[in-house]
Amino acid sequence: MIKDITIGQYFPGNSFVHRLDPRFKIGITAVFICMLFSADTFAGLGVAAVFFIISYGLTGLPYKLMTRSIKPIIPIIIFTGFINLFFIDGVPVIKIFGIIITDEALRVTAFMMIRIILLICGSSVLTYTTSPIVLTDAIESILRPLNKVHFPVHELSMMMTIALRFIPTLIEETDKIMSAQKARGAELDSGSFMNRAKALIPILIPLFVSSFRRAEELALAMECRCYRGGEGRTKLKTLSSGLSDYIALSVSILVLCGVIIINMGKVSILHAYTTI
Amino acid sequence: MNEDIVKVENLTFYYTNDDEESEAASDRKYVFRELNLSVEKGSFTAVLGHNGCGKSTLAKHMNAILLPCGGKVYSAGFDTADDSALFDIRSHVGMVFQNPDNQIVASVVEDDCAFALENMGVEQSEMRRRVDEALKAVGMYEYHLHSPGQLSGGQKQRVAIAGIIAMRPDCIVMDEPTAMLDPAGRREVMKTIRRLNGDGVTIVLITHNMDEAAQADRVIVMDKGNIILDDKPTEVFSNVELLRSVGLDVPQSTELMYLMKKSGFDTDVHIIDEESCANALFDILNA
Amino acid sequence: MSAIIRTENLTYTYSPDTPFEKTAVNDVCLEVEDGELVGIIGHTGSGKSTLIQHLNGLIRPTSGRVIIDGQDIWEKGVNLRDIRFKVGIVFQYPEYQIFEETVFKDIAYGPKNMGLDEKQVGERVRETAALIGLDSALLEKSPFELSGGQKRRVAIAGVMAMRPKVLILDEPTAGLDPGGREQVLEEIREYHRRSGSTVLLVSHSMEDVARFATKILVMNHGSVFCYDTPPNVFMRADEIAEMGLSVPQITRVFSLLRKKGIDIRGDVYTVDFALKTINEYIASKGSAREDGHD
Repeated sequence: MIKDITIGQYFPGNSFVHRLDPRFKIGITAVFICMLFSADTFAGLGVAAVFFIISYGLTGLPYKLMTRSIKPIIPIIIFTGFINLFFIDGVPVIKIFGIIITDEALRVTAFMMIRIILLICGSSVLTYTTSPIVLTDAIESILRPLNKVHFPVHELSMMMTIALRFIPTLIEETDKIMSAQKARGAELDSGSFMNRAKALIPILIPLFVSSFRRAEELALAMECRCYRGGEGRTKLKTLSSGLSDYIALSVSILVLCGVIIINMGKVSILHAYTTI
Repeated sequence: MNEDIVKVENLTFYYTNDDEESEAASDRKYVFRELNLSVEKGSFTAVLGHNGCGKSTLAKHMNAILLPCGGKVYSAGFDTADDSALFDIRSHVGMVFQNPDNQIVASVVEDDCAFALENMGVEQSEMRRRVDEALKAVGMYEYHLHSPGQLSGGQKQRVAIAGIIAMRPDCIVMDEPTAMLDPAGRREVMKTIRRLNGDGVTIVLITHNMDEAAQADRVIVMDKGNIILDDKPTEVFSNVELLRSVGLDVPQSTELMYLMKKSGFDTDVHIIDEESCANALFDILNA
Repeated sequence: MSAIIRTENLTYTYSPDTPFEKTAVNDVCLEVEDGELVGIIGHTGSGKSTLIQHLNGLIRPTSGRVIIDGQDIWEKGVNLRDIRFKVGIVFQYPEYQIFEETVFKDIAYGPKNMGLDEKQVGERVRETAALIGLDSALLEKSPFELSGGQKRRVAIAGVMAMRPKVLILDEPTAGLDPGGREQVLEEIREYHRRSGSTVLLVSHSMEDVARFATKILVMNHGSVFCYDTPPNVFMRADEIAEMGLSVPQITRVFSLLRKKGIDIRGDVYTVDFALKTINEYIASKGSAREDGHD
């Protein structure tokens, strides 16, 4: 069921990671992504992996949660990896039916797959430990300077807040509508591509209708609570950063430097291909 | 000291056909013609009627969501047609809707509760105090860090009420706040409503549930845009046949008293709660 | 008679291995005879909604078996779609599943999926619409233009038109006003009477089911609290009220009377029955008094 997907979900808690300033958490996540993409060697990737495992450990959340959220994406990762396997030159190691797989291909593919998995896991740490609303606040705060060039920062963040608030509601609704149509004999998971696409109509139409109804009602409720745009608005929570935020960010930057140093010491795996 | 918080004077309201711009009188679908009503400050008034009788339309006039086509509506002393008073009206006369899901804006209970105050530009420390106070008033303070998805329907509706209370309104208009809730949720919400009324907040409760209307001080029964009964609950519900004829129910206690009276017992049809019904039956059966 | 629905040690756990893990249905063994009108009551989270979704294979049990009409629905080779035509479910607020341009087409969606030809589909749609009180003039209208109560009927008709052996309705009267509620319940009863099929009616309120049901199933914390005839269930009204369910006001009145020391029936759940009970009590007291005089 759709409900079982845990990517992007927030798991409340009070760990060190939960309490970090969300703006810094976004920063650290960015640094982590830099680590992954600057790492040219398995050793560098390994350092990034250790960094992830320690950070995740600090959240106090069970590791099972992470493996479960990775599971649904594995087919996609394997598929991308698979394509790579056949198109990279090097010393052939396996030959089946005229298809040649090289040692380089195996290495690059493995490297890529680990990188993608770490990327997803790493950004999950951010979403698992930061409530979407706080995340939106952080983004609003980071984007605030853009107000000067008349970029609608408040409107954007309000839209994100509402979208985040209603994602679970709409997922639940989709589940309900799917059950209801299945109960009327809808075939959603078999048949040809065209038939499957057609079978979506009985789900999408009710979903749109109800979303519009919700939007209308929500707009009314917001107006009744004196909503009039971003002007003159105050906030219940303002973000504040402390010493631990700076330390955490510094540590992650140090690790990034470590990864870069490792790169310089060794010959890049990807070297040959990144230059193509 | 009998100040009126809401005053409806000769309210006329109609919908016109959307597709035609013509203001021809024949295209008008009238909801109200010359409706008059006032709600006393501090009272608990229930507006009872079947679906489509105009009760929700009336509620929407009370905080300027809809504006009269004729006549006047005064809320908290402001004319609802006065554009400049809009935010004063909305902060004095709050509104709670039927579907709790569609009125919660934020993903954390306390943030949602603060929404109106943020809009009003209330200063942070004052906001914190009012949010906590409002959540405590509806008994949801211990859930202040929860997400709405984790709450039951009744709890969500209480959060929605807290979001209104935080504005410190004089009056709250509730448009069928329990229609989508289970019995436990209904009880929670009704308890909250009664408590708020006890604290001096005027309550206008729109409902089609007679058990809820029976808890008010005053019940207004509407049918086809007209007020057909307006009295204390015991008096209103004694009109068993009239209520039935407009598609409404009476409490079972009243119905039993009514049936007994019809079959020759000397019973009082002004009984609406089980306690007095049991007492009345006790006297009859012990005689 | 044979059981049309049977569950054996049915257990279902939501979101296993996450912080949200919850056992919604716990070891439920249930047998429903063919042709019954069963009222299912229980508070939110009692597992009643999860239970009914097992009966047409929308949810696969974590453990235990579901047997419909003698057939284990999770056995190899069973086509779940056939089970869904046999066990029709009308979900809560079913009007939100409406999607076609006309009322006719929407009601026809289920029968069409069954593979019926156009003539049969037309017959069934018209018959069902008439049964549920939808005027034939409405059939060519857009369902989105109808009133709330009419939309609800269209949605219910959409499942009834499949003529399932078992019809399950989850809170079919939620959000309707007293008049609308009464009508919908009456139509469901009429459907049950005419089709002779088994009907399961899920509700929060005992009042709704009390007058119609031949049996009542009370769910509590994912388990069956009791499954019995209405009078027997209402004998336990006090326990049921403690679970947070709403017991009819009249039942509470009689339970108060019993507490006051009057030896009167405790299984009163309709006003008519209450009147009858009072008359009987007075008559028996009168005759007891006369007996004493003799």
